[in-house]
Amino acid sequence: MMTDNKLINLINITKSYGDHVVLDNLNLYIRENEFLTLLGPSGCGKTTTLRIIGGFENPDSGQVIFEGKDITNLPPNKRQLNTVFQKYALFSHMTIAENIAFGLKIKKKSKAYIQDKIKYALKLVNLEGYENRMPDSLSGGQQQRIAIARAIVNEPKVLLLDEPLGALDLKLRQDMQYELIRLKNELGITFIYVTHDQEEALTMSDTIVVMNQGYIQQVGTPEQIYNEPKNAFVADFIGDSNIISATFVEDKLVNILGANFPCVDVGFGRNKPVDVVIRPEDIDLVKPEDGIITGRVTSLIFKGVHYEMEVMANGHEWLVHSTDLFPVGSQVGIKVDPFDIHIMNKPESEDEKAVQLEE
Amino acid sequence: MKIIKNVNKSETTNEGGLHLSQAASIKWLSFPYIIWMIGFIILPLIVILYYGLTGKEDNFTLDNIALITDYKNWKSLLLALRLSVISTLICLLLAYPLALILRKSKMNSSSFIVLIIILPMWMNFLLRTIAWQNILEKTGILNSILRFFHLPALEIINTPAAIIIGMVYNFLPFMVLPIFNVLIKIDQNVINAARDLGANSFQTFLKIILPLSIPGVISGITMVFVPSLTTFVISTILGGSKVLLIGNVIEQQFRLGNWNAGSGLSLVLMVFVLLSMAIISKYDKESEGNSLW
Repeated sequence: MMTDNKLINLINITKSYGDHVVLDNLNLYIRENEFLTLLGPSGCGKTTTLRIIGGFENPDSGQVIFEGKDITNLPPNKRQLNTVFQKYALFSHMTIAENIAFGLKIKKKSKAYIQDKIKYALKLVNLEGYENRMPDSLSGGQQQRIAIARAIVNEPKVLLLDEPLGALDLKLRQDMQYELIRLKNELGITFIYVTHDQEEALTMSDTIVVMNQGYIQQVGTPEQIYNEPKNAFVADFIGDSNIISATFVEDKLVNILGANFPCVDVGFGRNKPVDVVIRPEDIDLVKPEDGIITGRVTSLIFKGVHYEMEVMANGHEWLVHSTDLFPVGSQVGIKVDPFDIHIMNKPESEDEKAVQLEE
Repeated sequence: MKIIKNVNKSETTNEGGLHLSQAASIKWLSFPYIIWMIGFIILPLIVILYYGLTGKEDNFTLDNIALITDYKNWKSLLLALRLSVISTLICLLLAYPLALILRKSKMNSSSFIVLIIILPMWMNFLLRTIAWQNILEKTGILNSILRFFHLPALEIINTPAAIIIGMVYNFLPFMVLPIFNVLIKIDQNVINAARDLGANSFQTFLKIILPLSIPGVISGITMVFVPSLTTFVISTILGGSKVLLIGNVIEQQFRLGNWNAGSGLSLVLMVFVLLSMAIISKYDKESEGNSLW
């Protein structure tokens, strides 16, 4: 299980390429046995963060602390962690067994030990009997499993995974997600996972770190990130949502597009401009006379589990997920339970520019 | 597993279909090339084979082939083999580190260096070799510089060393480019993975970069060794009449109008080229396994 012991600590990490600042004074710690995911759009700095932890990149300033020791300037081969690369990066001139044995041979382990480890690792990733195959003869999913096997036989304390499922198709990706959770539990080590896929992050992580333009936007459990996004960027990046400019009238009351909605938040001041986030599944469509505001359904798509509807009300297109069907053109009332309205401060400082949505 | 198999199958059938529909047009496109091959490669080979195996009266004989056992001819073949092996090795030792440096350097500067390497190839091969003659001559540029510093003059011209310099200078780009092409294709993450698994930079080079670059090394060796072995221009210009390579012997025979002897020796040289190619490609297969791309 995850402990409170800080295994890796990133302190004031800054990295830039030329004029482009990739990471700006980043601080983050990773606990023992944690499944931590760095999540964000491309160019947000998540891969650079991982590469700095792995030792493939040196930060311009700041420190990487591993078990209390400063490893900032240690080369990758001297670090007690292993990486699973995006496009597998298997050694194409070696058999599967030779690939897996690579790290152990470098460490001059005995032949018998290496043989045992190869067997164990192949069993762990469900590819027994593949010892003498060449990497090119394996499918993408199988190659990825070998890349994982090659890393874990070295018994690292931390496994770094750089978008390992990015090149796989949807079904395989979902299977591999469960596979990775199982592996993590069996090995009992720390996983640091990089992805731009919010669903992957929500499914697997203990902790999600949402990043954008070199800044950490929010750190939290999947539930916290989904239900209480700290700002409009996080809300928009994690799942569908309605993000609307509003006015915080007083404690427990917010004015959205001219109508007062009761909410549960307090302490945002009086008549302050704020952003509200309402998840599409949290909007209740009711008879027009029962709603806080009314609108007209403008589009309807059947999504399997639910209907996805767009409702034009008070000058805003509301995205609604509901199992009840309201045909296009019908008048509906919109109601939201007070605890489903999430209120966020508007971005203020220079730094928080990064928070703003990219149109 | 099942799904993957099916996908593979459908891909192959698809490719097969493409081949069928395009076969007709490709056939026409290859027509000029077939004529070229027959007229300029196959026919000359047959002519050489005919002259090589016949005497003055068009009678079948192996005498022309047997000329190689003549002491002077045999010596020139061995010398050609020795000089081309030495120049190939020097090219390899110069080219590999350069290709490694090029791979590491940023894209802009690497293409600039590649340009500099191939720049001499835009000048005529003969001119470049004659330029070396001017540099190495007894009263040439090199010795003038040495004399200026009151150093003893060097006698390089008309020695095997001069020929090796000429070969290395002329054929070095043919070693650099194939090695560079293979090195640049190695995914940086593959190298990172080796480092990540505990290998230091020397181990990474020995176990990952070197084995993955063998195909480039092989084609580089081929492209330097074969022209070095058969050259007569470099040895004529830089070796004078003192150093005779097998290429010079063959050239002399043709100049003297002795087509039969020239063709016979050419056939022997061809066998040596094929033999060395076979040895190299055998080594290639052994070191590469079935992981060739």
